[in-house]
Amino acid sequence: MLPFNRFLRIIAVLVGCVILYGCSRPATLANIHGRDLTGAKFGRDFSLNGTDGARHTLSDFSGKVVLVFFGFTQCPDICPTALLRAANVKKMLGKDGQRLQVLFITLDPERDSAQLLGNYVSAFDPTFLGLYGSLQETQQTAKEFKVYYKKVPTGSSYTMDHSALSYLYDTTGRLRIALSHTQPDEEYVQDIRKILALD
Amino acid sequence: MSIFINALLALLSTFMVASASYAQVSKAQVTVDDPWVRATVPQQTTTGAFMQLTAQSDTKLVSAASPVADHVELHKMTMENDIMKMRQIPELALVAGQPVALEPGGYHIMLINLNKQISEGNVIPMTLTFEDKDGNRTQMQIQVTARSLHGGHSKHHQ
Repeated sequence: MLPFNRFLRIIAVLVGCVILYGCSRPATLANIHGRDLTGAKFGRDFSLNGTDGARHTLSDFSGKVVLVFFGFTQCPDICPTALLRAANVKKMLGKDGQRLQVLFITLDPERDSAQLLGNYVSAFDPTFLGLYGSLQETQQTAKEFKVYYKKVPTGSSYTMDHSALSYLYDTTGRLRIALSHTQPDEEYVQDIRKILALD
Repeated sequence: MSIFINALLALLSTFMVASASYAQVSKAQVTVDDPWVRATVPQQTTTGAFMQLTAQSDTKLVSAASPVADHVELHKMTMENDIMKMRQIPELALVAGQPVALEPGGYHIMLINLNKQISEGNVIPMTLTFEDKDGNRTQMQIQVTARSLHGGHSKHHQ
């Protein structure tokens, strides 16, 4: 039989643990279309140059849902499709589209100059931001984001194999969802709305 | 009865060819439908061209060329475990009567080292080279219209 005040102390500690756990754990996302990456130990942050001339980290976009896609501008197929989708999704969100920031991180900084990258992303939507770093920064960022990429020679040039996931961050800069390239626009819209509803 | 059906089919196919006003037909009897190229932004040096090819007899597309690009290659894109892969292919087989789509998410004709920016509405000349099963090569000139960078569509996002 425990002494009564010792019993109270144990209860207090237990209650404290539950409260702490509840507060530190982000609100859960239910019935999402993408892969839930809440609590993931990767894709935490980056520090890269923006096509707006400023250096950026994730915290610069606090208050917005951030969609991150990795690619390169000399890509004839998947990258324009991904950016086109992002532009459509932003339109489909209506007024909430203002709370979405799309970031396109180049995996080919050797060919993607700041100017080219800026021209490219803004052709899809003037608010889209291109991000680039040195070869080493690109490598580090890809590693942090678990993004696979590889230069592949073709007859007269080279292309890049690369991961084609789109990452979604909540408005406090936490990685929440990965969506695949084959998912329809509507699923992107619904998942972004789920993240916005957490606020 | 069968003569009647044959006549009807012949009539129908004539009508279908005549009605396909966008189609461009080569001596090699390949029909090219809806050819388009994705417009570029300043300094962008590559882009992709897309179309649908239908051969009347077995043949293959072995190369393409255009005065706007130093190099033109045939490519195939695949997705494996959410990783996009693009590979040059030596040729693209066209089985008689079966349309083959060159579209985002699959095959495309890659234009490399463009010598000018391609803007929406520009018409780009292109030469396609086909080779039949006897090794005879025929060339076909086509006109490819540029669609805006954000005007493309893929099989996933109609």
